[in-house]
Amino acid sequence: MNQPKTLFSKIWDEHVVTRIPEGPDVIYIDKHLIHEVTSPQAFAGLEKRKIPLFRNKRTVATADHNVPTLNQHLPLREEMSRLQVNKLTENCQKHGVELFGLGHPNQGIVHVMAPELGITLPGMTIVCGDSHTSTHGGFGAIAFGIGTSEVEQVFASQCLLQEKPRTMNIQVEGTLSAGVTAKDLILYMLSEAGTDAASGHFIEYSGSTIRNLNMEERMTLCNMSIEMGARGGLIAPDQTTFEYLKGRPYAPQGEHLEEALTWWRTLFSDPGVEFDRVLKFDVSCLAPMVTYGTNPGMGIAIDMTIPVQNSLSGKKALEYMGWKEGEPMEGKRIQHVFIGSCTNSRIADLRAAASVVAGHKVARHVHAFVVPGSRKVMQQAVAEGLDRVFKEAGFEFREPGCSACLGMNEDKIPSGEYCIATSNRNFEGRQGPGSRTILASPLTAAASAIKGYVTDIRNITIN
Amino acid sequence: MQKFLTLQSGLVAFPEENTDTDQIIPARFLKATGRTGFGKNLFYDRRYDSSGNPRPDFILNITSPDKNILLTGKNFGCGSSREHAAWALYDFGFRVVISESFADIFRNNALNNGLLTIELPAEVISLLFRQSASNPDLKLKVDLEKENICSVDGAIAPTAFHTDAYKRHCLINGLDDITYLTSIQEEIVRYEQSSKYLQFLSPLTHPA
Repeated sequence: MNQPKTLFSKIWDEHVVTRIPEGPDVIYIDKHLIHEVTSPQAFAGLEKRKIPLFRNKRTVATADHNVPTLNQHLPLREEMSRLQVNKLTENCQKHGVELFGLGHPNQGIVHVMAPELGITLPGMTIVCGDSHTSTHGGFGAIAFGIGTSEVEQVFASQCLLQEKPRTMNIQVEGTLSAGVTAKDLILYMLSEAGTDAASGHFIEYSGSTIRNLNMEERMTLCNMSIEMGARGGLIAPDQTTFEYLKGRPYAPQGEHLEEALTWWRTLFSDPGVEFDRVLKFDVSCLAPMVTYGTNPGMGIAIDMTIPVQNSLSGKKALEYMGWKEGEPMEGKRIQHVFIGSCTNSRIADLRAAASVVAGHKVARHVHAFVVPGSRKVMQQAVAEGLDRVFKEAGFEFREPGCSACLGMNEDKIPSGEYCIATSNRNFEGRQGPGSRTILASPLTAAASAIKGYVTDIRNITIN
Repeated sequence: MQKFLTLQSGLVAFPEENTDTDQIIPARFLKATGRTGFGKNLFYDRRYDSSGNPRPDFILNITSPDKNILLTGKNFGCGSSREHAAWALYDFGFRVVISESFADIFRNNALNNGLLTIELPAEVISLLFRQSASNPDLKLKVDLEKENICSVDGAIAPTAFHTDAYKRHCLINGLDDITYLTSIQEEIVRYEQSSKYLQFLSPLTHPA
């Protein structure tokens, strides 16, 4: 009998072109996603070397990080951003890369766009010059973020030199209570494990809780694997995955689909296989989570008080946030609410947030905005009337992009002000210099927008 | 890529842990389409006040250009994959970063740019921090081929560190991965032709 293998190893080994003795593996990359910020230097590098893009049909591009979320039909106002976005268009034309640029019906945050089009498939290797590429692991793909030099390597050879990561299994059991989401689940695991717990590892999430998550929830979970330091995180594909992929424009159809399914059904960790590390969580008593500090591991249940900080960096984080140990998180006043980002900007996230705000008004002192993850999500939201629900409540309903997740484009949080955000990072200045971020689920963010302070969704009536 | 063999240099001690790449270079400075000039924005929000004046107490504002080694706390370079973080450190003048641990993507980015990352056990890191606090002129000698580090004055005996054999070869010879990858192109094509799943999964032209 063959040695039992992990899901990760099954996919990885299938993609090894060759192994360098005492060195990394050469792994083949099925799909390369690119965007305007981390690709220009890689294209320039190719041109300097006078070599072509080896497999341009395996690359797909979109503009997301550095785009405004208002008036996308107009030329970009900010010159540097305009040049960067134009450079992407120019590079894609020159090298024959499919581009979903501003205004294109498929445009969106790269990690929202590729899954919804069926570009992301089980068993694939997927890379992108963006750390949240781990999102695609929700489909049972090996997906991870890379730097620009590596983007250039993939351009040049469709391969990457990578040391095979160690494996970690995170087993999650228990039914999530009402008001508790996949976002709370990952924030909880981060708060328990820490931000470097999975360094050098690739995570496989398993257990009954994971099996019961829908595809959007799986993406939210895998998205934040990088915040635990992991190279990526993945979930074995199952019927939920196959149902989601059915009929997506880039997913295999007919005969190809049958062949694909035959293979995909073998993509699971064999019984008895050993992982390098195992973590177990029981989440049946989990409460909605919020962060109180300046890294995603600094999270607590919303009804708890800010814990005592023993480290210098913990004390520094509280000073930055303007809070003290022992203070309750619930009731903390906020000025901004951001619902968006590759973590939580899909249609299910918008539906969840809309269900909370419908019939209510955003607190007078709060600036609240919803940024759909893609144009498709935006259209779907409009078709369902969610845009009206948000606007009537006093939210802005923007056009797709990374928006206020990263303080790069026009959407920034002013210095010293608090933003409850459905994004993935609460680093110092992440949403703009001096900005203070509280990470939370779309439900918690929506409830907090109405109340004007950090609010426990379980204590308010949902329509 | 510049070759890296040995380095003898002073060090900048930055004893913070979990330094994320948003700290190293904030996203608003990632709009350039070239690889150079990022050093001036290295640690921008820590280095300058809101009016753009240098903060006199921030370490990078009081260091000297001959200090090319950054000594820092664990999990350095976590968060965003932006290679601009490695470019900014290199552009500022750093050639070596020493820490107890690095975030995976940052380590790859650094090594791909000739910025050597050295991981040392916690007790050695503590010793280095202590020595540099008591002697701000402390000079270290890094020998990549021998994989060891010591202080020039002998206060810190040669201490071994480990680097990946392939990466070490690349750094010592100034080679990058693309040189190698393009040299095995025939092998890559053979792989494409023999792979069973590539035939039905993500064919080169999409059905849509």
